Amino acid sequence: MQLTNRAKPVDRRPMNAIERLYLWNILKGMMITIRHFFKKKATIQYPEQKRPFSQVFRGLHILNRDEEGRERCTACGLCAVACPAEAITMEAAEREPGEENLYREEKYAARYEINMLRCIFCGYCEEACPKDAIYLSQTFAPANYGRSGFIYKKQDLLIPNPVEDPEGFKKAQGEIARK
Amino acid sequence: MYLLAIDPIWWLIIEKLVLIAFVITVSMVVAMYATYGERKVAAFMQDRIGPNRAGIFGIFQPFADAGKLFFKEEIIPVSSSRFLFILGPALAMITALLTSAVIPWSVPLDINGRSVPLQIADVDVGILFVFGVVSIGVYGIMIGGWASNNKFSLIAAVRGASQMVSYELPMGLALLGVLLFAGDLRMSSIVQTQVEHGWNVIYQPLGFIIFFICALAECNRTPFDLPEAENELNFGYHQEYSSMKLGFYLFAEYINMFISGAVMAVLFFGGYDIPFVNEAAWGLGQNTMAIIGFAVMMSKALFFVFVFMWIRWTIPRFRYDQLMTLGWKKLVPLALVNLIISAAVVLWLKK
Repeated sequence: MQLTNRAKPVDRRPMNAIERLYLWNILKGMMITIRHFFKKKATIQYPEQKRPFSQVFRGLHILNRDEEGRERCTACGLCAVACPAEAITMEAAEREPGEENLYREEKYAARYEINMLRCIFCGYCEEACPKDAIYLSQTFAPANYGRSGFIYKKQDLLIPNPVEDPEGFKKAQGEIARK
Repeated sequence: MYLLAIDPIWWLIIEKLVLIAFVITVSMVVAMYATYGERKVAAFMQDRIGPNRAGIFGIFQPFADAGKLFFKEEIIPVSSSRFLFILGPALAMITALLTSAVIPWSVPLDINGRSVPLQIADVDVGILFVFGVVSIGVYGIMIGGWASNNKFSLIAAVRGASQMVSYELPMGLALLGVLLFAGDLRMSSIVQTQVEHGWNVIYQPLGFIIFFICALAECNRTPFDLPEAENELNFGYHQEYSSMKLGFYLFAEYINMFISGAVMAVLFFGGYDIPFVNEAAWGLGQNTMAIIGFAVMMSKALFFVFVFMWIRWTIPRFRYDQLMTLGWKKLVPLALVNLIISAAVVLWLKK
């Protein structure tokens, strides 16, 4: 019984004289390969050229800052709760007087770690965050020699300060500014 | 003046030594760049770019590859017979290079009134010498496989040896047609008849096709690369080889390719003859003609090297029974028919 009509019957006719000689068919094959010889190559010269990622690519996380360079994260823990892989851990701390230029809210994350080996890059943390603090950027985690190297600390995730390094800030924000 | 007064025999020895050094260097360089060419051709046919990091367009890639092979650990298996194990790749290399001795590369050079033929040895048996040396090439494979003391290597070597022996027969038979037309075994006179009467490929198309197929088999190239089917049959007879000894085997294959391209150019495509023109009417000097002839000869040989690669990256490998059927049941009878027909034609023309 056929479920679909897409099945193609196999051609089981015996080979005719020309086919049995192989030479003609080999010649036809060679014409195909020589046509590919002159075709445009599909290669992307990786370190110099990079394939642009899709607008919605979900890569390595960044911790965002606001325009004055203050950390947006308030250590509410919603991202850690949302995370299906349980890759995010954090420790909250209270902002001391005089630290207003460092942290946006009264509470901030003293420690913030994402285990990139556990992370499945689903982007739920990004969705859960009420403070626009965590985003998935358009890069992926580089290779590392040990497992410990894949546990990204807060200083690895935080993007450059827009006051000190506006260009770095722009670059790190990249596409997320448009989201 | 004193230098010119020396015995002519010394001149002969010097000129031959220089020629030998030159031919071997050219073969080596061509083989080196054939490895690069192989990778580039493969890449281009698969819509890739190929090696392009070492130097511009990757032209230093062969040096990088050779350097890698030289510095790799050289392993000689304990259970192998050491002398034969080293002799194997050496023999493969020597036989590959020996064939170049009888190939006429161009018209003679003219140095101070001395005619210097650009052929290392214009021996009477010419093409038979090529066949003899190619048959010795089987020993390179056989010894290599045997000395490794490894069942897979040995079986692969037997496979390779039987393939090469089988395909030498139709190769020789296909060639006889050419020899009937030329009436001589010397390579230089075969070229000379072609310069006068047109290329042999016009008179012997079937002979050429048979010869070409057999040349593919003799060089262990796809579709006949069963002796060293690197991805399915355990890497063939050089399984136990490493470092530069493996490099020698691979290198010998590329030299073989180049030399068989040159042999085909000489036997069927007029050697250093330029088609469709009468180059004698140009009135160029003897030396200029020699250089042009050499360039023409090289381009013909290199074209065949390219065709070899082209075929390799187009079609898959034969099964072993198909290989033997093709050799014994198809090529040998075809070559015999070709021989009989050309013999009859030659006989009729003579009458």
